[in-house]
Amino acid sequence: MSSTREVIIIGSGPAGLTAAIYTARANLEPLVIEGEPSSTSDQPGGQLMLTTDVENFPGFPDGVMGPELMSNFRAQAARFGAEFITAKVTRVDFSARPFGVWVGDDEYRADSVIVSTGAQSLMLGLQDEERLVGHGVSTCATCDGFFFRDQEIMVVGGGDSALEEATFLTRFASKVTIVHRRDELRASKIMQDRAFANPKIEFAWNSQVVALHGEQRLEAVTLEDTTTGQQHRVEVSGLFIAIGHRPNTDLFVGQLDLKDNGYLITDPDSSRTAVDGVFACGDVQDDIYRQAITAAGSGCMAALDAERWLEAQSH
Amino acid sequence: MAEGISDLTGSTFDETIGAASEPVLVDFWAEWCGPCKMIAPILEEIAAEQPGIRIAKVNVDEHSDIARRFEVMSIPTLILFKDGEPAKRLVGAKPKGALLEEIGEFL
Repeated sequence: MSSTREVIIIGSGPAGLTAAIYTARANLEPLVIEGEPSSTSDQPGGQLMLTTDVENFPGFPDGVMGPELMSNFRAQAARFGAEFITAKVTRVDFSARPFGVWVGDDEYRADSVIVSTGAQSLMLGLQDEERLVGHGVSTCATCDGFFFRDQEIMVVGGGDSALEEATFLTRFASKVTIVHRRDELRASKIMQDRAFANPKIEFAWNSQVVALHGEQRLEAVTLEDTTTGQQHRVEVSGLFIAIGHRPNTDLFVGQLDLKDNGYLITDPDSSRTAVDGVFACGDVQDDIYRQAITAAGSGCMAALDAERWLEAQSH
Repeated sequence: MAEGISDLTGSTFDETIGAASEPVLVDFWAEWCGPCKMIAPILEEIAAEQPGIRIAKVNVDEHSDIARRFEVMSIPTLILFKDGEPAKRLVGAKPKGALLEEIGEFL
């Protein structure tokens, strides 16, 4: 067991890395347990690692690539002395201080913890879905879109990420059908305008995917009309899933207070959780805004809250 | 002794895979793929630490013919070739420990 640190940060998206920059500059020598490589957004750098152009992060008038932005965040935190472990936390104990954080059998202790584990893409939960991931079913348009050149594909979802993926995929695909359960989108106006203006994008309204077909690779899906219940089969070689996210809070069940939808509860206008000395920031506690810039802002809040809390403890 | 990671092209692919006496792990990747960048340093470590296996990579942007031939539809995809034939296929980025476990039988 190593010595007790002042602060451990779990997760390394915009929230965690901003908290790392601030706590490092405050000489708190943060340890960032950044996660492990994966093809989901539950990975070091977080959801932006699976995006291409980020156009709405202030300070980049020409846009910036998601992975590049996150690599810059990380370099900035490292410059001020933040220490990184590229692994996934497997267990926490917030019942007594110093708090315990484990990666397998390796134990880390800290007086304060900042939780910024983010959120990851939801899957449809269909039979055969897992088997066909990487064989036509994808949650990462930027990783896999390239392989569907001149093919007809589908995107499931009606939010900003679905429309962004669909628009991106028209670079490759000959036709992209957006499958949405309702007859209106919840995406932002600008993304809707872009999608409606794109001649390669079509919509399957009031529809949901209820079955996947294909042995070696995806060949077709069954769509169900959500109003009439009628089903029909559609040949398709690619299915991109963008139906939303769930917070990465499995680790904290029984340790921190969670909302019914699984997101962590923080005090109003603060990053404080129900446990004194544990702070939360970013998408893991935000089911409303979920933007890189709001995550970064809340990461700053968590760092300042932790710094002030640590200072108060020492008096 | 493994000698780093070589870039395979349409003209060197078959020769390299066919002539290798040891298993060859081929990393299908592209510049625009975030998860591919995450596993690149892991593969370099494995190349340095595991003399019993050879690691090579194929840029799918530049060599889409090879990617098509092996029906790569998602990257990163790692295909392990033994005696010139695909013996194991791994889709998606994984941490080093999990990767080593998956290819353990070939080391």
